[in-house]
Amino acid sequence: MRNQHPTPEIGPVKDPETLVSARNLVKTFGSYRAVDDIDFDIPRGSCFGFLGPNGAGKTTTLKMLLGLSPQMSGSLLVYGLRIPDQARRVRARTGVVPQADNLDPDFTVMENLRTYATYFGLNPSAISDRLERLLRFAALEKRRDARTDTLSGGMKRRLIIARALINEPEMVVLDEPTTGLDPQARHIIWSRLNELKEQGTTLILTTHYMEEAERLCDELVIMDRGRILDQGSPVALIHRHVEPEVIELRGGKTKGHADAATRHGCRVEQLGSSLYCYTADSGSFIDELRKVQGLTFMHRPTGLEDVFLKLTGRDLRD
Amino acid sequence: MNLWRLPTIRIDAFAVWRRNIRVWKKLIGPAILMNFGEPILYLLGLGFGLGHFVGEMGGMPYLAFLASGIIASSAMTTATFEGMYSVYTRMDPQRTYEAMMATPLEVDDILAGEMIWCGTKSLFSGIAILAVASLLGVVDGWQALWVLPVVFLIGLCFAGMAMVMSAFATNYDFFNYYFVLAITPMFILSGVFYPVESLPALAQGAVQLLPLTHAVAMTRPLVAGGELTMPLLHIGVLLFYGALGFYTSVVLVRRRLLV
Repeated sequence: MRNQHPTPEIGPVKDPETLVSARNLVKTFGSYRAVDDIDFDIPRGSCFGFLGPNGAGKTTTLKMLLGLSPQMSGSLLVYGLRIPDQARRVRARTGVVPQADNLDPDFTVMENLRTYATYFGLNPSAISDRLERLLRFAALEKRRDARTDTLSGGMKRRLIIARALINEPEMVVLDEPTTGLDPQARHIIWSRLNELKEQGTTLILTTHYMEEAERLCDELVIMDRGRILDQGSPVALIHRHVEPEVIELRGGKTKGHADAATRHGCRVEQLGSSLYCYTADSGSFIDELRKVQGLTFMHRPTGLEDVFLKLTGRDLRD
Repeated sequence: MNLWRLPTIRIDAFAVWRRNIRVWKKLIGPAILMNFGEPILYLLGLGFGLGHFVGEMGGMPYLAFLASGIIASSAMTTATFEGMYSVYTRMDPQRTYEAMMATPLEVDDILAGEMIWCGTKSLFSGIAILAVASLLGVVDGWQALWVLPVVFLIGLCFAGMAMVMSAFATNYDFFNYYFVLAITPMFILSGVFYPVESLPALAQGAVQLLPLTHAVAMTRPLVAGGELTMPLLHIGVLLFYGALGFYTSVVLVRRRLLV
């Protein structure tokens, strides 16, 4: 299903509760269409996600919002300001968490915050309370004078998120905020992002982690090859695209069960050595599987990952 | 968005300048050693050593001749190193510009700040050389302080061109071309070590195209005494190269980073 395209003459929405409004955005690199005619609106106060495999065009879309990757065509309004012409004013009100760490290695933790404040024209001494609060938010009080290259990956991420809040932004843009972190570090980041959401900050994030999208996002778009495949809340997307339950069979001898699954009314998909059987009523098939000796299977409710795999296909992306 | 539009100069550039000076202050020991050590070596080694055989050059003691030229060439190399190695480091491996561009700062502000910072570092080097030269008794008088704004301008001039090289670079080795093809020839041919009048006639005309020739033509009379001829021409040439380098580097870095 595609988004409803309004006619181009109408142009982007100027509703004050719509923070971002994009129409017919296109970005090409040579013959490669990184972003291929996409539309979306992001309401104030929500967490909006771009979910997609590598190379889907997520990062390019985020860079476009900030005027850092000028679009080839299409119109883009952020806070009602036209991008890229008024990108400076947009960035002054926005926080950015980049995909790769770009903390300043010549400075300590606190110096990083102070220096970053000056890029917004803020006097760090005048906002010292705010800087202390951000240091606590990042749980880095004890590392205030540490060089950034001595921090762990999770600490660096927390510092980068704190740094993105220095200008008290209305909206924070996060590009794969937890990629490469261990589970503990990811949970801390998620709790911090939820705090921000509760304070009313609009969050826009890209991710290819389903769990992250399900936990954080109120609304998300699934992107692939520069296009938006569908949009909705995680629950709505699951409801729309996949059956409520899935039985996952693992191991070498799954092939023989595909026919049986189909006979029981399941939709069957093979991914690697696993067989996925989607169904609304698993009872009879499960009874049959229980009788098979030495078979490993898992029965669970369907999730975003199933939607994602269905919409973007199961071929390998590099 | 038009990549070719003229750069906007804003006060925001000083945020970048202040960042750099804060880093410089943390490493002030080696920085000062570099500022004083190099000219002292040149002036003592070449000035006294070579000067012993040369005696006078251009109507002044060789040490005075050398000091008044080195102050220009040091401004050149200081700004060139900063505009290439440091700017490239912040632009590419260190991603400092990426972080800056997530704020209201634009490429225009970042490079303007870098350029002013390069000029400032040239100024530090000029102050050090002037101090050493005056201790060695080869500074003509208080009017020599006028050389300091000139040294700042020399720094801006060479910073612009160095940043163009940074915008093209994909690794540090690339800078060898610019050093071998531009900086070293200027260092040797532009009148730092001997008067350009001693070059063959054709070469004399050619070196007039080089910015360092005009830089030395300003610093020599200001530091060592003598008549300052055609100052507006020299300043004009330095401004021209600096402005062209700045504009070109802004366009190239926009093209490189705003993709």
